[in-house]
Amino acid sequence: MRLRVRYTKNGKIRFTSHRDVARLWERSLRRAHVPMAYSEGFSPRPKLAFGLALSTGYESDAEYIDLALSETIPLDGLVERLTEMLPDGLVATAVAEIDRGTSLQQAITCCRWEIDIITDDLQAASTAVAQAKEAEEIMFTRTRKGKPVTDDLRPYVWALDVLGPTETGCRLAAELGTQPRALRPAELLAALDPAYEAFLVRRTHQWITNDDGDRSEPLLAAPASAVPTPVGAT
Amino acid sequence: MWPALEPILPKVEKPARYIGCEGGAQQPVHGDGRVAWLLTYPDTYEIGLPNQGLQILYEILNERDDAVAERAYAPWTDLEAQLRAHDLPLFSVDNHFPASMFDLLAFNLSAELTYTNLLNLVDLAGVPVRCADRTAEHPFVVIGGHCTYNPEPLADFVDLVVLGDGEEVIGEITEVIHAWKASGGPTSGAVDSREGVLRQLSRVEGVYVPSLYEAEFDGEHLRSITPRFSDVPERVEKRTVADLADWPYPKNQLTPLTEVVHDRLNVEVFRGCTRGCRFCQAGMITRPVRERPAEQVRTMIQKGLERTGYDEVALTSLSTADFSGIKDVVTETMDDPANRDQVSVSLPSLRVDAFGVDIAAELNRGRRSGLTFAPEAGTWRMRQVINKLIREEDLYEAVEGAYSQGWRRVKLYFLTGLPTETDEDTLGIANLGRNCVEIGKKYHKSASVTVSVGGFVPKPFTPFQWFGQNTVAELQRKIYLLRDDVKRSHGVQMKWHDPKATLIEGICSRGDRRLGPVIEDVWRAGGVFQEWSEHFDQDKWTDAMARHGLSPDWYAHRHRTEDEVLPWDHLSAGLHKDFLWQDWRDALAEVGLEDCRWTPCYDCGACTGYGIEHIVASATPPAGGSQGTGQDLTTGGEVPVVLGSKPVGAGT
Repeated sequence: MRLRVRYTKNGKIRFTSHRDVARLWERSLRRAHVPMAYSEGFSPRPKLAFGLALSTGYESDAEYIDLALSETIPLDGLVERLTEMLPDGLVATAVAEIDRGTSLQQAITCCRWEIDIITDDLQAASTAVAQAKEAEEIMFTRTRKGKPVTDDLRPYVWALDVLGPTETGCRLAAELGTQPRALRPAELLAALDPAYEAFLVRRTHQWITNDDGDRSEPLLAAPASAVPTPVGAT
Repeated sequence: MWPALEPILPKVEKPARYIGCEGGAQQPVHGDGRVAWLLTYPDTYEIGLPNQGLQILYEILNERDDAVAERAYAPWTDLEAQLRAHDLPLFSVDNHFPASMFDLLAFNLSAELTYTNLLNLVDLAGVPVRCADRTAEHPFVVIGGHCTYNPEPLADFVDLVVLGDGEEVIGEITEVIHAWKASGGPTSGAVDSREGVLRQLSRVEGVYVPSLYEAEFDGEHLRSITPRFSDVPERVEKRTVADLADWPYPKNQLTPLTEVVHDRLNVEVFRGCTRGCRFCQAGMITRPVRERPAEQVRTMIQKGLERTGYDEVALTSLSTADFSGIKDVVTETMDDPANRDQVSVSLPSLRVDAFGVDIAAELNRGRRSGLTFAPEAGTWRMRQVINKLIREEDLYEAVEGAYSQGWRRVKLYFLTGLPTETDEDTLGIANLGRNCVEIGKKYHKSASVTVSVGGFVPKPFTPFQWFGQNTVAELQRKIYLLRDDVKRSHGVQMKWHDPKATLIEGICSRGDRRLGPVIEDVWRAGGVFQEWSEHFDQDKWTDAMARHGLSPDWYAHRHRTEDEVLPWDHLSAGLHKDFLWQDWRDALAEVGLEDCRWTPCYDCGACTGYGIEHIVASATPPAGGSQGTGQDLTTGGEVPVVLGSKPVGAGT
């Protein structure tokens, strides 16, 4: 049996790394008595697959994990049981059985982000956003595997807007393409203005786009009211 | 402090180290006169979090009505720079409270090279580093752990030293501080208020208050360390909990959110060891042996795995294969259907003479973890000197057991620079390594052995406390001798510990109060995280010693005589000094001593002095006999023994 779980990562736990979260899931699934399937070989590991890695320090309302189980289990109450066993700040919001198919990492085409930047010049931020949207190309040098690579970021910027002011600056909303390589919010900020610093970045959606341009989420989350507030949530 | 920390954390490496939130973590409510302890490990979170001592005290204190406990760890240099730049102090990871909000900053000290970190953390807490500069409103700086058996180098900086097991004494200290706080002590403004409560604490058994003692020197030699007041004890005895069954802690082992060392469930199966290895301080100062009842061990494993979700449990002690119930406990854990064959058991500190194929086979059923054996010395003669009475055939049997059960690599741990060691002894390490690889090749083409070599540092309260350790040059020579010999041996890899670090450990290990200014200088010169090779700087130490007119040679390389006053003579681990001296003479005469847990008492003092006894479930040693008990040791070494013609303890 294969399952997909949607979950959130908010509060203090946002400072854990992608690898940390993988380890936390492993322990939590064991605590929840979910019968994980293990890889063969000298050092068997549970078969878990994550979507696009979330940078350390970012929050998210839309993380996904695919699990292979060694037997079929009922899904009633599983979301609640997982949340109970997960550490504070990781909250399961939906679960569904899935077929063996494309991996999440390949299926996701775009992520929506909310980026709180630290600035006292809202006008300048709006201008930078407007210019970026009008630009034909945004040439930018980023480091890939230790080497500088210059390419055009413009095709990756699917949408970009200023949502409004925050206590420390303003909040941007951005939809950033992920294929063949994901554009990271930090790279977008640096391209807008190298001086920009993010106070908080939150992933709100991961989208799968089909050939007709329709898009869907890998799983729909349960209503937010059912979700407890984590420790240190901002 | 969280709102102040949050914007900084994205700028530092591995910020998850600073957020707390572990499974089992508590957010205790301060106030109401409760005594607040900040339990601190003076190294990184990864190394400090798994420390079982601090976790035990954390739970015991938080169960009390009159105390709260939180934890802190040394921030890495990047976060420290940010904290200092933003004028922020050391903080607890539980409530993210500043360290100055606590009544006691309690450190676990288990390595000499963390001493400068202790000073750094006290300073980062906003507390004066020297006791003499602290006033009634400052927290008390407390140390516990193995380094406290010679705390003299830190005498200028620590208010309280706790000797031995902390489970009981921590409550007694809490009660004294609680009453003092209730009487308005910290805010009374009286100049002598702090000294008054320290004097009261000095009468709690197991507590040593260095500032209440005067150290007198006679030229370069220590003459005496005596109390400055008549109500302060002349001699401070360690604390020992009589029965581990009364202390099933930690009940809620912390499960970290980020990767740490020993990231697994740890269950302490016994405390103390009477194997009598003469280099081993832990085995001397933690006597007698106190086994946890097997039933309690089983419960702690079951509940611990269920609660944490770990897939590995380590049964910890100084020599786990000696635990009376070892085989049953391992088998039952492996057989427990709740573990679905996914749980592995690891046994750190394995003695080869108690490790049979049967245990190897049991361990092999889970995921295989690494196997490390510690023969400690390369020849039978040398092992008689250090009283590690492992016969060569015991080692080969153990190694064969491991390879035959599927392990492809074993790790062997050795010491060099031991008393009376000759080059033949040193090269014996390479021979053992090669022989083990040969055995492994019967089972796997790629069988290999990692030989890990550490320089020997003599420790207080051991029979080797009188021995002058090898110089850096001599240790280096032996390591290169061995390296060159091993180079040609396929399948033998060698790793070694930097002899320069060994020197500094040796100076601090048996140092006296005159080292205080040296440690302070090294810290002020930026010498923190000295146990990290990228930060260790020998020159900072030797320069500071020269500045203060002290000789590294005098502290580290000099043999002590029987009548010399040692800096820890006013402290006691229960061991009689004449027992240790006799054991030192026996070592030089190459006479081994059997394990007293299964044989008559030698009156070392650890039981008789405190009216306690060994608690051992089985009257016979596991695996039929070991450490001389019930074994024929006349053929301990296959290689004929050649006695060194060098003067005893020459070390070169």
